[in-house]
Amino acid sequence: MELQTTLDIQHLRKEFPILHQQVNGYPLVYLDNAATTQKPKSVINAISDYYSRYNANIHRGAHHLAHIATEAFEETRNRTKTFLNACDKGEIIFTSGTTDSINLVAQSWGRKNLNAGDEILLSMLEHHSNIVPWQLIAEEKGAIIKVIPINENGEWDLSAIDSLLTSKTTLVAVNHVSNALGTINPIKQLIEKAHTVGAKVLIDGAQAVAHFAVDVQDLDCDFYAFSSHKIYGPTGVGVLYGKRELLESMPPYRGGGEMIKSVSFEKTTYNELPHRFEAGTPNVEGVIALGTALNFIHSLDWQSVHEHELELLQYATEKLSSINGLKIYGTAKEKVAVISFLIDGIHPYDLGTLLDKQGVAVRTGHHCTEPLWNHFGVVGSVRASFSIYNTVEEIDLFINALKKAIQLLK
Amino acid sequence: MSIEERQQEIISEFSMFTDWMAKYEYIIELGKELPLIDNEYKVGDNLIKGCQSRVWLHAEEGANGNIIFTADSDAIITKGLVALVVRVLSDEKPKEIAESDLHFVKDLGLNEHLSQTRSNGLSSMIKQMKMYALAFQIKSIE
Repeated sequence: MELQTTLDIQHLRKEFPILHQQVNGYPLVYLDNAATTQKPKSVINAISDYYSRYNANIHRGAHHLAHIATEAFEETRNRTKTFLNACDKGEIIFTSGTTDSINLVAQSWGRKNLNAGDEILLSMLEHHSNIVPWQLIAEEKGAIIKVIPINENGEWDLSAIDSLLTSKTTLVAVNHVSNALGTINPIKQLIEKAHTVGAKVLIDGAQAVAHFAVDVQDLDCDFYAFSSHKIYGPTGVGVLYGKRELLESMPPYRGGGEMIKSVSFEKTTYNELPHRFEAGTPNVEGVIALGTALNFIHSLDWQSVHEHELELLQYATEKLSSINGLKIYGTAKEKVAVISFLIDGIHPYDLGTLLDKQGVAVRTGHHCTEPLWNHFGVVGSVRASFSIYNTVEEIDLFINALKKAIQLLK
Repeated sequence: MSIEERQQEIISEFSMFTDWMAKYEYIIELGKELPLIDNEYKVGDNLIKGCQSRVWLHAEEGANGNIIFTADSDAIITKGLVALVVRVLSDEKPKEIAESDLHFVKDLGLNEHLSQTRSNGLSSMIKQMKMYALAFQIKSIE
């Protein structure tokens, strides 16, 4: 595939069939990309191709179809290893999504390593799926959850981190990018500090991987989790990267086929990495299509993705800021193309409803980050999140629709 | 007026709106009207929490054994819809409420507000109204 050094947006949009439709009589303006991105034709075709040509259960059958399916499945593991710059493919575990990846670490690594009085450090920006799995295991083990506070711009309060990281800190679990505010967190700095007190670090990368290159060796994180559906791949597939020595020390947390070496009623020995953590028949077509999505991303140039998304972010921020009574939540210096906002005296649900009536898809509510909105003292926000296929013209449609909604509601 | 007649009345009121904007303007107007619930009842016990907007519902027995509903929401469109549901079900016999079929929301093309994805508390409110009706029915048998 040819590398696109400058994004030809109109050409790119043709790759995404779903974008070309009317919703409620208006052209669809899809600005809910932080929830899930749309899929290029190549990804959609990969799923259909799998079922049309080589559907088989993998790693098991000795027949032709099983061989092709296994090869394709493992090829995605290779591509994911390259995508994250992991050391070896045994460090890449396929799960059902970021949530599943985090639960795997909480239930396997957490159950083995957490003790009463140990501290787990989260941040105010976390998604519920990077809070609740830790609460479950913390309650069971008597561990304590601590929280990194944020400033008014939605950035971590770095001065608080030094006192929060102590010899009792066993694990730090934070997101790379905030789903609600778009803040890019200084995780490299945090990882380095956490390691000096002997803590392990899990990064929830769900909102990062679509926007910039991630290098787990450079970051030196211990675990990194993300979901396929947020980077143009299918739903139901996620990735957990873990450092080999950590994964090898972790007990399996789900039993079944595939994850074993041998089973008898007296004793079962477990398979090697990564299969030890992949019990049961996996989402074969999903993993294969994730490989296609990674190929699609590989065909883009990160610098041009960054420039395009920055243009959208700046243009939308400028347009939104000129609306009377509108407040943007999340004004970090480093942020991805996500804008959360509220308008004085108007409930986000009402805005979301009237935007939808005009073909504009945004997210409204607390975005699974209730503690964050409680901190701001509001019920939630309207969130517009942009992707590579969004255009400046779409932002104009969005702003006009928003103005009409405000006019109706005021 | 029966529950069915009230629904037909609303459907006929809405039939004059030719586009979504006029329809929503009307719902928003309904939502802007005075509070539908006494502040003393706008408390946690009466809160039906949706993922997005919140609804408060209070039920009491009227003089003739009918149930009087009052309700409110923090979102204005939800509040307008709540006002319509209250208009249809309030001041009716418990049995009629429990057995009612609220088809008018769908007939008005507002079904999206009852879908799971919106989680605005409206469908939970209707369920809760029917629960109250059943509870009042059991109480009257006892």
